[in-house]
Amino acid sequence: MKKINDEFTERAVVHSDECGAANDQVATESLVGSNLKYLGVGILFGIIAVKSEIISWYRIQEMFRLHSFHMYGVIGTAVVVGAISVWMIKRFNIKTIQGEKVIFHAKPFHWGNVIGGLMFGLGWGITGACPGPLFAQIGSGLVVVIVTLISAVAGTYAYGVLQRKLPH
Amino acid sequence: MKDFISQPWSWYLSGALIGLTVPALLLLGNKHFGISSSLRHICAACLPGKVPFFQYDWKREVWNLFFVAGIVAGAALAVSFLSDHQPVKVSTNTVQALADLGIVTDGNLAPVSIFNFSNLFTLKGLVFFVIGGFLVGFGTRYAGGCTSGHSIMGLSTLQWPSLLATCCFMAGGFAVVHLVFPWLFKII
Repeated sequence: MKKINDEFTERAVVHSDECGAANDQVATESLVGSNLKYLGVGILFGIIAVKSEIISWYRIQEMFRLHSFHMYGVIGTAVVVGAISVWMIKRFNIKTIQGEKVIFHAKPFHWGNVIGGLMFGLGWGITGACPGPLFAQIGSGLVVVIVTLISAVAGTYAYGVLQRKLPH
Repeated sequence: MKDFISQPWSWYLSGALIGLTVPALLLLGNKHFGISSSLRHICAACLPGKVPFFQYDWKREVWNLFFVAGIVAGAALAVSFLSDHQPVKVSTNTVQALADLGIVTDGNLAPVSIFNFSNLFTLKGLVFFVIGGFLVGFGTRYAGGCTSGHSIMGLSTLQWPSLLATCCFMAGGFAVVHLVFPWLFKII
């Protein structure tokens, strides 16, 4: 039986530091071959992002003006389905296709959650895109958003440079 | 069937499919859903300089770059082959509110009056592409995640810092739309 405090298992793989989207696979991966399946998941995600219209600047305006339920419905349903999936993986100890135990991490609180969160919220309201939709907007033909993406990379770089000086 | 696919998808179908990205990535190889990390990996892979934050084995995280490359390709496929090319239906309240700001709802993904190359070196371009993008990149990394990493993956694993971050995302968005836009559109 799995104990509750095993839920957030110590990382099997050493990450640099808090890495938002961790890779916990132990089995070695080739640079291209092993990763093509994530290209496939990305393609499906890109299709969903366009078809659900979550990449529309207008939809984000509706959300922040409380004029439409659409975005709240999309995100809310995604959280419920994600949470049920995570619960099932834990409850039935479902393994990865490599046969490894699925690893979850605690996301410890730091003040960046608040300050950075507010900054991202401002950017989200202006650009009408969080990082996923930035890529999807470019793919759907909004080529000028490449400039927004380059600026977002610059913002991430600036954070990396200033990280030690910022309150956390 | 083709009609069903080519019209915009409902929130519950879209939301459920996005939610399934979480177990798909976990079960395909213990990968955690989070898109803003790709921006960090791009920095680590492409930008020089000895910044400790970018000194890690980005090749180990390269799956994330494959994932976002897929998003670009998937979006292109959806627009080319799976779309009925109907204008995005926007709520009449929002159409009115945007009209008050001088923005015409033109049926595109984003208003062409803002999102076009001729605005690139204007004040509009500075705000909507450069500053907006910078805030997205800086803010998500400072917050430790974005809508996918915190709001979907973090909330799915019931983490309160992710709930707090999500509330701050929303607060920032409400602030910019209701407090900043009214005077911003007077000056640009």
